[in-house]
Amino acid sequence: MSTENVAAPGFGSDTGDRGRRFLRSLMSTGTIFVLLLILWVWITILNPTFAEPGPFLAYLKRSAPLVILAAGAYFVLVSGNFDLSVGSLVTVIVVVAARLIDGDPSNTWPVIILLLLIGVVVGFVNGFISTVLRVPSFITTLGMLLILNGAVFLWTGGAPRGALADNFRSIGRQGINGIPWIEQLPWSVILLFVIGGASVLLMRSDFGRQLIATGDNERAARLSGVRVDRVRIMAFVLSGTLAAVAGILLAGFGGVSAQVGQGLEFDAITACVLGGVVLGGGRGSVVAAMAGALTLEALFTWLNLQGISGALEDTVQGVIIIAAVSFASYRLRGAR
Amino acid sequence: MTVVDPPEQSAGSRAASRSERVAGWRVGVLASPAAPVYGALIGIFILSWIVVTIKGGEFLTVPNIVNMLQRSVALGIVAVGQTVVILLGSLDLSVAQLISLASLLTATTMDGKEANVVPAIALVLALGVGVGLVNGLIITKLRVNAFIATLGTALVISGFIQNRWDGPAQGVTNSFSQDLGYTRFGVIPLSFFLLAVIVVVVWFILRNTRFGYRIYAVGGSEDVSKLSGLRTHRAIIAGHVLCSLTAVITGLFLASRLGAGTPTVGTDGGYDLESIAAVVLGGTALTGGRGGVIGTIGGVFILAVLDNTFNQLELNAFLKDVVRGIIIIAAVAVYARRQEKKA
Amino acid sequence: MTWRRLAGPFALLACCATVAACGTTDDSSSGDKATGGEATPAATEAKKSNTGEQSEFFVQADYDKQLAQRSVTPEGDASKPWTQMIEPEMVSTEKFKSKKSSGWNVCFSNAASDNPWRQNGLITMKAEAENTKEIAKFTVVDAEAKDDKQISDIEAMTSGGKCDAIIIAPNTTATLTPAVEAACKSDIPVLVFDRGVTTDCPVTFIHPIGGYAFGADAAEFLRDNVKEGGKILALRILPGVDVLETRWSGAKGIFDEAGLNVVGVEFTDGDAAKTKSIVSDYIQREGSLDGVWMDAGATAVAAIEAFEDAGQDVPPITGEDQNDFLTKWKDSKLTAIAPTYSNFQWRTAVIAAVKVLKGEEVPKEWVLPQPKITQDNLDQYVKPNMPPLYYALCGCEDLPGFPQKWGGK
Repeated sequence: MSTENVAAPGFGSDTGDRGRRFLRSLMSTGTIFVLLLILWVWITILNPTFAEPGPFLAYLKRSAPLVILAAGAYFVLVSGNFDLSVGSLVTVIVVVAARLIDGDPSNTWPVIILLLLIGVVVGFVNGFISTVLRVPSFITTLGMLLILNGAVFLWTGGAPRGALADNFRSIGRQGINGIPWIEQLPWSVILLFVIGGASVLLMRSDFGRQLIATGDNERAARLSGVRVDRVRIMAFVLSGTLAAVAGILLAGFGGVSAQVGQGLEFDAITACVLGGVVLGGGRGSVVAAMAGALTLEALFTWLNLQGISGALEDTVQGVIIIAAVSFASYRLRGAR
Repeated sequence: MTVVDPPEQSAGSRAASRSERVAGWRVGVLASPAAPVYGALIGIFILSWIVVTIKGGEFLTVPNIVNMLQRSVALGIVAVGQTVVILLGSLDLSVAQLISLASLLTATTMDGKEANVVPAIALVLALGVGVGLVNGLIITKLRVNAFIATLGTALVISGFIQNRWDGPAQGVTNSFSQDLGYTRFGVIPLSFFLLAVIVVVVWFILRNTRFGYRIYAVGGSEDVSKLSGLRTHRAIIAGHVLCSLTAVITGLFLASRLGAGTPTVGTDGGYDLESIAAVVLGGTALTGGRGGVIGTIGGVFILAVLDNTFNQLELNAFLKDVVRGIIIIAAVAVYARRQEKKA
Repeated sequence: MTWRRLAGPFALLACCATVAACGTTDDSSSGDKATGGEATPAATEAKKSNTGEQSEFFVQADYDKQLAQRSVTPEGDASKPWTQMIEPEMVSTEKFKSKKSSGWNVCFSNAASDNPWRQNGLITMKAEAENTKEIAKFTVVDAEAKDDKQISDIEAMTSGGKCDAIIIAPNTTATLTPAVEAACKSDIPVLVFDRGVTTDCPVTFIHPIGGYAFGADAAEFLRDNVKEGGKILALRILPGVDVLETRWSGAKGIFDEAGLNVVGVEFTDGDAAKTKSIVSDYIQREGSLDGVWMDAGATAVAAIEAFEDAGQDVPPITGEDQNDFLTKWKDSKLTAIAPTYSNFQWRTAVIAAVKVLKGEEVPKEWVLPQPKITQDNLDQYVKPNMPPLYYALCGCEDLPGFPQKWGGK
């Protein structure tokens, strides 16, 4: 392992280093921000209204669920694990919400609390099985994906039933009205910033450092006194909860749909990887992961404006992912 | 999976490392937990037999057994390839899309003409080699993690399919479709023999050739293998080529079953995650170096029996998903426990 | 040192540039997809047709026939449209008459239950089977939208020896044809409904008038309500399914003739979120849209919401008889039409099976009426006490268990 460990664990080192370390981490993951900026500029050239507050907020609103999912995926990835179940968890959230609310607005808030609880529980189970039962997280979350998909449609008999109430959907669709200049500040954008800020603070805390240490070198972390299992379980809980939040936003935005969660786990992992997070753990910043998500959405917007038919979107996404990761490992090598 | 460059080697150390390699291979083989899988298979089989018969269904009849065998073929072939790749400590998420592409290419190239059957097969096999090479090269030379590399390839193929084909592709000749898809020798489908041949060939390669040693060694510990002078890059690339070959063969088979190629046949069957599940059920460790194709086939049969039983009992297909998920996790938990006890 | 940091973005930029170059050369003017295979020359290629090539499923004779059948009066009781037949050619089913007069086991191979239209239909079908005293057992096997599985399911049914009649709702036309042909070779009567196969070996094929009529009804509505040169977005569920391909073919003919500007033809997979994103994208790209044509109604509300979210008026839009669309249409006073794909055909399938087992005559092709819902008769079809995903043409109101079984109050 390189001694130039960019996000080095904090125990033992003096705090004066922190400023420099932060700067270095920003620079190593800086490429994603540059790319994001380039895409934004390019999109504005193609469609000048993009730079206006209304359309730009619409873009942020559309990206919010993925950004939040990327943050959740980040916590799990950086600690050395995978969470393949977030996509089906989102589907569960959407379908359960529709069934329980059943069009009655008074059900909304109790159901939301239940949904978040579901996210916590699923995350905890994932974490428990992957740590205490020693099942590789790839398999655990793969199994959980099957279980969640099966269970939710077992319950509803094959396709979503019920309906979402308007006040529930307003979280994903509406916002605070009457704000000067931008007219409406969508709730999802507010949530995006709140969660983003909280994640950054979390990573700066002891927990954050322990998380990275666990992913970087489990043995060393354990010997240094880090409760590795607990930290990992916590990461899964965060992933599950954030998936629930994303599900609530998606349900609001798109309505009830059975396919809403399909493939989201891969999108979230892609976003993280674009942002410089290394699969296997120990490296990357949560801000960069979220920027990766914004970049992915910007990429889709850009493709749309270029008139590239929906099909080639996949190919472009594939090429870019490979290029991004290959570039990242090239740089990793170069840093030695 | 990180990839390290092999350093130069001296003759003496090469001899020493050879015995090391053989030892490594032996550990891999002896630790192969094929036994518990088949134990579980027999258990599930008997349980299903009892349950189905009680409900008035027919389990141990010839048509039913043949149905189960038929259902195992597609997944079985691709799972064999996935086994090789996982033994190497790698992964292949692109198989589902590749299967769809292979089926489409088969149909389009055959174009309904008998004369085109052989060229179509050749072209599809070449596709398999090509994609496997690309996967292997991206992983070794570009140093991209297998998860991302094969995910990326899957997306590239997916985009290509959607761009070129809008729906099912006609063109599979009736003879090809009947021959591979529906012919039977007595009661056993011809396709099952295809599966058996592939299993035997790959098993032989893994157990009795130097290439097989290399695969177990690289999967066991790539760094150690590197230091022992093994050409790890070649092994990884070859392993991925083998996996992609099995994927396109599955595509050929499915094209014959459906009488057409379709853009979704690979993803419909979930062959990417299902093949990984079958491999893991069969006792091969996800980290590599341990396991084998015999175990994998046991895993495939377990899934086929489950499928069949659920159909017979007319149980909800979604319940089947739940049960499958639980079984996969439980199986791996048990294997992990055994590993711990051994270590 | 700096060049390394910038190498990344430059590499990715290069990727994007090449892709952009590819995109603008391959892509036809409006991002629509041309269907592959041999294209039968379309009826009229007048004006600037940017709807792509005609579907390989297109058959001119069928197109003409269906558009004419819309005005034919069906035979049978108009209060029970699921028993009516249009221009039937009856065949004898003497050889299929069951040895027993009751206690039948009817087996059904269902393509999938993955959308509300199918779910609704399945409930209706099971209720009809329960309500038929001669049927002792109604076996349903779900193929989960997988061709390969459905082929195995049908094989199992034919060789199992337990089925007195087999009803099949095929998943895909081309790929299920061999399996249906194989099933026909057995002694068991085979009935096909909903999506078809390219063989006429089944005893009967039950379906409403058809896709050409559906698509044409919707397209004619848009032609009459949208100005010439107006921008139309066409949304389709998925390709390769004959009943959906014919809807698009039916509409395409009319769009080409009328000189409407079809700015895009997109596939939605029947997913609400995807539909909403696609419509939003087009609104963003084009600035505004003058009409939306959809080949089904399950995601119509999502399309409407895309306009609402963008702060625009909802242009003339076509949907289907799904209750949430009808309710929204009425409440928001939209300009809309709902062609239907008679959900009550699920009931007819069971009725037909019973007739066959009794040795009674059935039409070789049982064509059911296909009413369309317009502003004039909308009120008859909106059902406030039924759930949003309920289909107005269910044909199930007189069955026991209504409305609770279908989710109503």
